[in-house]
Amino acid sequence: MFDWLQNISDWLIYNIMGLSEQSHLGSALNFFIYDTIKILILLFIITFVMGIVNSYFPIERIRNFLSRNKLYGIEYLLASLFGAVTPFCSCSSVPLFIGFVKGGIPLGVTFAFLVTSPLINEVAVAVFLGTFGIKVTAIYVISGILLGVTSGIILGKLKLEYLLTDWVKKVWQDSEKENEKFRTEKLSFVKRIPFILNDAWGIIKSVAIYVVIGIAIGAGMHGYIPEGFFEQYIGKDTWYAVPLAVIIGVPMYANAAGIIPVIQVFVAKGIPIGTSLSFMMAVVGLSIPEAILLKKVMTGKLIAIFFSVVTVCIVISGYMFNLFF
Amino acid sequence: MEENILTIRVFGTGCLRCNELEKMCFNVCAENDIDADIQKITDINKIAETGIMVTPALVINGKLYAKGKLPVKSTLKHWITENIPGYTEKNTK
Repeated sequence: MFDWLQNISDWLIYNIMGLSEQSHLGSALNFFIYDTIKILILLFIITFVMGIVNSYFPIERIRNFLSRNKLYGIEYLLASLFGAVTPFCSCSSVPLFIGFVKGGIPLGVTFAFLVTSPLINEVAVAVFLGTFGIKVTAIYVISGILLGVTSGIILGKLKLEYLLTDWVKKVWQDSEKENEKFRTEKLSFVKRIPFILNDAWGIIKSVAIYVVIGIAIGAGMHGYIPEGFFEQYIGKDTWYAVPLAVIIGVPMYANAAGIIPVIQVFVAKGIPIGTSLSFMMAVVGLSIPEAILLKKVMTGKLIAIFFSVVTVCIVISGYMFNLFF
Repeated sequence: MEENILTIRVFGTGCLRCNELEKMCFNVCAENDIDADIQKITDINKIAETGIMVTPALVINGKLYAKGKLPVKSTLKHWITENIPGYTEKNTK
């Protein structure tokens, strides 16, 4: 799909700038130009498509759907799927949580949503697709969704409602099926397009810098670190590599857009894919800032249980990746 | 006190994008000589009361325009000005 782009960047670097194909600088620059343009194009396409989906399935509708229908367990999968298509800023986690609780959605289902939502978003998917290709992206997305489902079911089974803060319990008691207090407009598809395009443009503008920095770091390492460099340190048989990567990743908070290109180079240079993916999930999915925000709605104990369950699930999925790929 | 003063409310717990949205509102109003009562609502209790689930959210004159998104400046200006009866484009600059 992007052969033409590779040809252009080859031509630009090797013919116009006259760098040798074997030189470190040449291959790093080529990687940088090709990846940046490719990822920005993908980012635009995917944010646009996700924008359309979102425009028709806003969060309130998802919430109402989940609370109205008896779903016999499928609600975990649906919540997780919806989490994947809903854009999410970590600062929304508290209002989202309250909105779900108010709608009478079980705690476990809410967790399924909360786990998947930051893991899978339009930016992460676009950058993943651009750096790793379709197969790894599909694995990442599917496992992100399963991770949300599994953690949600486990947390639901633990019956942790009593560990919510008093404030939430109060909200819960007063909960009524209420609608938004503000008027919103219904728009036709054609009228929605300019807004969706604007949103897509806004998202790209805000993440482009992280993408470019990430690719630049990746490109630098790509040109200078020899193939298989990391294999001597961390191989598939290094049993502690996955939990270690996850434990390092959990407190960290990084923009998915910036971290993926760097991780891709680690993978290219010999770090097993499962170890890398689990590190990435830990970084994007859980973070200290998120824990602090959640203090408003959950007691420390509940946050600790929530983080532990998700961490264990991420570690298990990391081992599974390494086993199968 | 004017009766029909334009009210702009930015709901957000204080993340980068919420602050950015508030700043954009101030800028758009300042640049276009628009009088408005702009307030940022950071109190999570109040946000929860309104039923807003995704921040930053933008409410102009009681109507929800955006949630979880930053509009581009021209869109924001359009939203603000359509709430001013009889607003006509002034040639500022």
